[in-house]
Amino acid sequence: MSAEANEGLSRRGFLAISAAALGGVMLAPGIRLIEIAAARAPDQPASKQVRWGLLIDTNKCEPGCDDCVTACATENGIKQTGHPRTDSQWIRKVELKDMRSGRVHSAPVMCQHCAEPPCVEVCPTGASFKRADGIVLVDRHICIGCRYCMMACPYKARSFVAQELTDQNPDVPRGKGCVEGCTLCVHRVDRDEQPACVEACTKAGHNAMIFGDLNDPQSEIAQRVAKYASTQIRADLRLDPGVHYQGL
Amino acid sequence: MSLRGLLRFAACLALALPALAFASGRTPKPDIIIANPGHCVEPTEIMRRNHPQMLLHQRDLTVHEGIRTTKYSLKNCVQCHASKTTGSVLGEKGFCQSCHAYAGVKLDCFECHASKAKLVAGGTP
Repeated sequence: MSAEANEGLSRRGFLAISAAALGGVMLAPGIRLIEIAAARAPDQPASKQVRWGLLIDTNKCEPGCDDCVTACATENGIKQTGHPRTDSQWIRKVELKDMRSGRVHSAPVMCQHCAEPPCVEVCPTGASFKRADGIVLVDRHICIGCRYCMMACPYKARSFVAQELTDQNPDVPRGKGCVEGCTLCVHRVDRDEQPACVEACTKAGHNAMIFGDLNDPQSEIAQRVAKYASTQIRADLRLDPGVHYQGL
Repeated sequence: MSLRGLLRFAACLALALPALAFASGRTPKPDIIIANPGHCVEPTEIMRRNHPQMLLHQRDLTVHEGIRTTKYSLKNCVQCHASKTTGSVLGEKGFCQSCHAYAGVKLDCFECHASKAKLVAGGTP
């Protein structure tokens, strides 16, 4: 790393620390200038207090638009290999039509980041796991590629990498022989950024996807989930997915 | 051993000494091009012996707990050690591959991880 980049990092680190210190000053009992929980330092582990989730408004989701899918592929280095049946698919657009009224609406479906993930339950090696902040991931170092999790997932959210890969994104290691799925762009979330799909949806002006902490009553997602009716796909399975849908 | 034998041994040793002194020159060594010499996160001797343990420890912290400090991260290793010509730590004279090939140790990090440094805007990797 160049000296410049090092300097930039340390300056940013210093700013983050000073912001945290300032935010920690209590203006009045219970009122802080900035919520400290909002920003996590790189050396801090993911917090159990946080539950990351998505709220997808199917009324705002444009049928035919696949900006979220494209953004996901670009961010995570997912390329088509000419084998569409086995290519990795972290997120897909699903179009729904009510045959009686003819109403068409669409929604992206990805790993639902369940609170009780069946993929974690069946994993024989412990590779499939749920992080403290609710993000369900595969530890590729431990994954043996048995694909039991793919069978257990009711959302068909996981894929198996069957081809050798090259030119991966440095932030998203991927390779042959492992199962993978949506990571909620964990590398971006750890930098206090939004997942690529959410960013693309906002950029396209649809604003159909909101990302945030479901446990934080101040966050937009928690407020909207509290105010408007939203559902989880296959809520009857009682897996408590972190991805909520509005208007389904 | 007889006195004569001992003398012969001493003579042989005296003859062999210069050759022993230069023995290191005759040993094949890995042919590595080091892009940024002398600025690693730990002293060279510690890095040579312990880099696998450091990476193993860091990988578990990062994947499972989301701790993303940069000091021992593989991404940072690659960013600094990638060759200035190929932009990679692999290849015949690449930082990782040349030494691993010499030692006969399998190097499978880069089946999944990126072996190339991310290009910094306006600079070489």
